[in-house]
Amino acid sequence: MGDVIKVGMADLKVVNPPNTIRTSGLGSCVGVVVYDEIRLVAGMAHIMLPSSSLNRQGQTNLAKYADTAIPALLMELEKLGAKTFSLKAKIAGGAQMFSFSTGSSDLMRIGPRNVEAVKATLKDLRIPLISEDVGGKSGRTIEFNPVTKMLHIRTVNQGTKEI
Amino acid sequence: MEFMEKLKDYHLDVLKEIGNIGAGHAATALSQLLNKTIDMKVPAVRIASFQELPDHVGGADTKVAAIFLRIEGEAPGSMFFISTVEDTEKLIRHLIHQESIQLMNPPFDEMAVSAFLEVGNILAGSYLSSLADFTQLSLYPSVPGFSVDMAGAILSYGLIPLSVVGDYAIVIDTQMMELEAEKPISGHFFLLPDPDSFEKIFKALGVHENG
Repeated sequence: MGDVIKVGMADLKVVNPPNTIRTSGLGSCVGVVVYDEIRLVAGMAHIMLPSSSLNRQGQTNLAKYADTAIPALLMELEKLGAKTFSLKAKIAGGAQMFSFSTGSSDLMRIGPRNVEAVKATLKDLRIPLISEDVGGKSGRTIEFNPVTKMLHIRTVNQGTKEI
Repeated sequence: MEFMEKLKDYHLDVLKEIGNIGAGHAATALSQLLNKTIDMKVPAVRIASFQELPDHVGGADTKVAAIFLRIEGEAPGSMFFISTVEDTEKLIRHLIHQESIQLMNPPFDEMAVSAFLEVGNILAGSYLSSLADFTQLSLYPSVPGFSVDMAGAILSYGLIPLSVVGDYAIVIDTQMMELEAEKPISGHFFLLPDPDSFEKIFKALGVHENG
């Protein structure tokens, strides 16, 4: 049995088998898994925001934004021997946890905007998106196993599934 | 966040006082609503990393019941009332005298959700109006939203406005509990001011960067 490597909010990590990789409590955030299907290494990022252009911090936390987290993940994967041409992706998250009739709509639409930004970045980097479980109203905890290449998704109200 | 580095102990004390005044009024309102004695702990003001924050309510994976609302006006921010599912069920049963309600599995009883949202309205309203009186800032709550889900997924929503300036949140956390029951009902009040709001709050209270 391997260890479960935990990825926090606005964080990214990579794993080798037999370890698996997990992030807990994805709400409007999106969990992006990029894996090399031949070399069996995988990485996961827990992104919070669609674009690093929103950044007002002196230093950018690359793992926080869709447009910077995925390239950073690729660099980490390459260090483990992954080859760009055999990379694939799976994503989950981007829920709308609360529904409001009024209020700052940009903030409330952050889930869908994160999903769009992640997909656009994957497309730019020519990484095929194999499967996704996005949107809805439920929080998700996700775990990826680089050997089986399955992404296990748990929600509190709608059970579990694998994609 | 640049601002965090300049933060001194007395700034945290001011924020603690805000938690004290706001939650004090909210506890009184809740006590009147339930006709029970409500006790409140001394508020804690924490500078917590995004990773740590859900740990204060049991971890990112923990199932909790929450009310979320945005504070609008001169010093915007996010506010949460978070409690365990069991305690929230008890609280609602007290209110609507209906034993059958449950919040473990959806669909939830409409009446129960609406009663809980009303609790959120009353608590947030009294918290914010006392805060507005104290600071002379105009602050008003948005319509509250309700969710039963993972603590991490819920709290991350309130962190979005803060996340563009850093990876830390200043949280004003007040715990409240009802004392009469055998197993006290308790809940957490989280106030997460937006990054630009701190300066406004301190300025309104005549506290400057250097004291």
